[in-house]
Amino acid sequence: MRDGATLKFGGKEFHSRLIVGTGKYPDYPTMQKALEASGTEIVTVAVRRVNLDRKQESLLDYIDLARYTLLPNTAGCYTAEEACKYARLAREVGMSELVKLEVIGDPRTLFPDNEELLKATRTLVKEGFIVLPYTNDDPVFCKKLEEAGAAAVMPLGAPIGSGLGLRNPHNIRIILEQAHVPVIVDAGVGTASDAAIAMELGCDGVLMNTAIAMAKDPVLMAEAMRKAVEAGRQAYLAGRIPKRLYASASTTMEGMIE
Amino acid sequence: MQIRLNGKTREVAEGITIRRLLDELKLHPMRVAVQRNQDIVKRDRYDEVVLQPGDTVEILTMMAGG
Repeated sequence: MRDGATLKFGGKEFHSRLIVGTGKYPDYPTMQKALEASGTEIVTVAVRRVNLDRKQESLLDYIDLARYTLLPNTAGCYTAEEACKYARLAREVGMSELVKLEVIGDPRTLFPDNEELLKATRTLVKEGFIVLPYTNDDPVFCKKLEEAGAAAVMPLGAPIGSGLGLRNPHNIRIILEQAHVPVIVDAGVGTASDAAIAMELGCDGVLMNTAIAMAKDPVLMAEAMRKAVEAGRQAYLAGRIPKRLYASASTTMEGMIE
Repeated sequence: MQIRLNGKTREVAEGITIRRLLDELKLHPMRVAVQRNQDIVKRDRYDEVVLQPGDTVEILTMMAGG
């Protein structure tokens, strides 16, 4: 039973179990309101070139660093070497050892290259990073990442940005049974019920971006996701009834007139 | 002298340090990471690192991402 009151990894503790990305919002003020509505305490960011041609608003002007922990990603990296470089650059900008480690293997599916991912995890753990790897819903591989020192494992529910929900909840259950580190479903969530399902299974958290940012009303969806994650967590802790094929009356037959 | 800055050629003063370059670009040193010829330059070395002609410099920051 994963019944901790808080989400803990790498010596840090969080009350919210929802991690939210900062990409794809219509504008920064909407993002800011959505983050607020989501109740999140951890937001993902990317490391990219400063735009020198035109004055840009800075993302960091819209993120209260006293309130949110930045989780830099290595999105767009295709090799362990490249991902490690981005992690180190992120540490340099963000003054944090946290990294959402992504090593992509294929541009259409954005599925991870697990071989490179494992290599990068080992390297970064050695360098003192708190590594949160994005990986497949593969129990064997999640175990390997844990053994390599990952602070949590983040299996995908479905491809990034697909909104297909948890395609293989059974694998997620096996991962949960085996893991001694937090399990955070990263990617695939489309709507509130998807997040609730992940949490009902016993996941320690859910990470999402597109489902909120690309919703018609991102702020309202962010609030829905907060409630879904909380509801799913409560349902997990409460312990659901077993499924059964036939009915079981809620009202007694006793006391009926003859 | 010329350097490559974020993928483009740029004219800068001879002997310019990373700190001066960031000043000229009006970039806050606490909000960027700097890579020079493939090596990350730590923030506490911005004053001492003098750029050479032909250097490739990348200045990066936190951007939106998932």
